[in-house]
Amino acid sequence: MFKAAKVIALKDLRIELRSRVVFNQILPFVAVILILFAFAFDKYPTFLERVTPGLYWITTLFASMLALQRSFSLEAENGAKDALILYGLDPAGIYIGKLLAVLVEMAILEMFLALGIVFLYSAHLQELPDLAFSALVGTLGILAVGVTFSAMTSASKAKETVLPLLLLPVVAPVLLSGTKAWENEIAGKAGLGDPWVGLLILFAVAFLALGTLTFGSVLEE
Amino acid sequence: MSRDRWVALIGAIAFSTVAVTYVMGLWITPPDVFQGNLVRLIYVHPAVAWVAYLAYGVTSLSSLAYLWKKTRNYRWDLLAAASAEVGVVFTALTLITGSIWGRPTWGVWWTWDARLTTTALLLVLYLGYLALRRVSEDREQRAKRSAVAALIAFIDVPIVHQSVVWWKTLHQSATVFNADLNPKIHGEMAWTLLLGFLSFTFVYLWMVIKRYDIANAQFNMENQSVERAIKERVGTA
Repeated sequence: MFKAAKVIALKDLRIELRSRVVFNQILPFVAVILILFAFAFDKYPTFLERVTPGLYWITTLFASMLALQRSFSLEAENGAKDALILYGLDPAGIYIGKLLAVLVEMAILEMFLALGIVFLYSAHLQELPDLAFSALVGTLGILAVGVTFSAMTSASKAKETVLPLLLLPVVAPVLLSGTKAWENEIAGKAGLGDPWVGLLILFAVAFLALGTLTFGSVLEE
Repeated sequence: MSRDRWVALIGAIAFSTVAVTYVMGLWITPPDVFQGNLVRLIYVHPAVAWVAYLAYGVTSLSSLAYLWKKTRNYRWDLLAAASAEVGVVFTALTLITGSIWGRPTWGVWWTWDARLTTTALLLVLYLGYLALRRVSEDREQRAKRSAVAALIAFIDVPIVHQSVVWWKTLHQSATVFNADLNPKIHGEMAWTLLLGFLSFTFVYLWMVIKRYDIANAQFNMENQSVERAIKERVGTA
C-alpha cells in the first residue's frame, strides 16, 4: 500500500514540477483573494487584523478545492484513471498517494499564504510551531474528505459545481476549529492541548480512516 | 393483506393523525402561560426535526447495507435516496417552523445558535448528496459513490454538532428528554405533542414508500428498455 502511495505521490509531484499549475495559477489566486479581502474590509483596517485566522482558513479551503480538482484532472486525460486501476495498484495506496501530493502542494501554498497575511494584514504569528501544526492537521482533514469527493466527481460534467457543494458543508467543522485554534494560538492562550486542535485531529483521523477503507468503492467503475 | 393495502392504510393513518394533531394543536390545547399561542408550534417543530433525523438515519443504514458486499442490493440504494429526499424536505420544514417561532420569541428569524447552525449544515450536506446522485450516469457507480457520501455525512454530523456546540449555544434545552427525565409538559399538551411525533412519522413512512416505489418503477423501466433494445437488434430467434 505504501509503495503504491509513494509511486503516485512522486508521479503527481513530478507532474507539478514540470507543469507548475499549482505554483503559477493557484498561488496567484491565493494572492488575489488576500487583496480582495482587504477591499471587502476596506473601512476597518484593525478589523482585518482581528479576522485574519478566519480569512486564512477560508483561503486555504478555496485553494485546496482548486488543488484537489487539479489532482484528479491529471487522471481524466487519456483514461489515465482506468490505467491506474488496471495496474492493480492498491486503491488505499492511490488514495494516500494522491493525498500526500496535494498535502505537499498545499503546505507550500500555505507558507506563502502565511507570509502574505503577515505582510498585508500585519498579523503577528509568533507561536509559529503551534500554528503550523494546526494548519497541517486541518489541511489534512480537508484533503482526506476532498480526495474522496474529488475522485467521485472528476469524471462528471458538473464537477466544478458539485465538488464545492459536497465538500464545503462537510469541512465546515475544520473551518470553525481551525479558526478558533488559530485565534487562541495567536492570542497565546492555548497550546496543543486546545480542544479545537483536538477536534481538528479527530476530524483528520476519522476521514483518513474512512477514505482509506472506501476508496476502492469510489474508484472502481 | 396485500402490499398496496398496507401502504394505503399507512397513508390513511398518516392523514388522519395529522388531522387530529391539527385540531388538537390549534383548538383543543390551551395557550401557554408564558408563550401564549406560540407554544402551538411545539406540536409540529420537534416532530418534523425528529423525522429529519430518522430519515438520515435510514439513509446511513441503507448506504452501509449497500456498501457491505454480503447485503449489496440496488434496493438499499433506492431506499437511501428516497429517505434522503424526504429528510431534506423535513429539514427545510424544521428550519422554517423554527424561524417562525424564533422571530416573535427571540426577535430574530435566524440566530447562530448551535442547533440552528447544525440543522442548516445538515440541509446543505444532504442537498450535496442529492446533487451527487444526479451527476453519475452509471447506476452501480452512482450507488457506490452516493453510499460513500452518505457515510461521510453520517460521520460528519456529530463532529459538526460538537464544533458548533462549543462555538455557542442559545437554543431551548430539550423539553421531554431532559437530563432528569422529568417532562415539563403535561396533560393534553403532552398527548398532542406525542401525537405530532406519531403522525409525522407515519407521514414519513408513507412518503418514503411512495418515493421508493417510483424509483423502483423507474429502475424496472430502464431495465425493460435495455432488454427491448437488445431484442430489436438481435431479434427473437
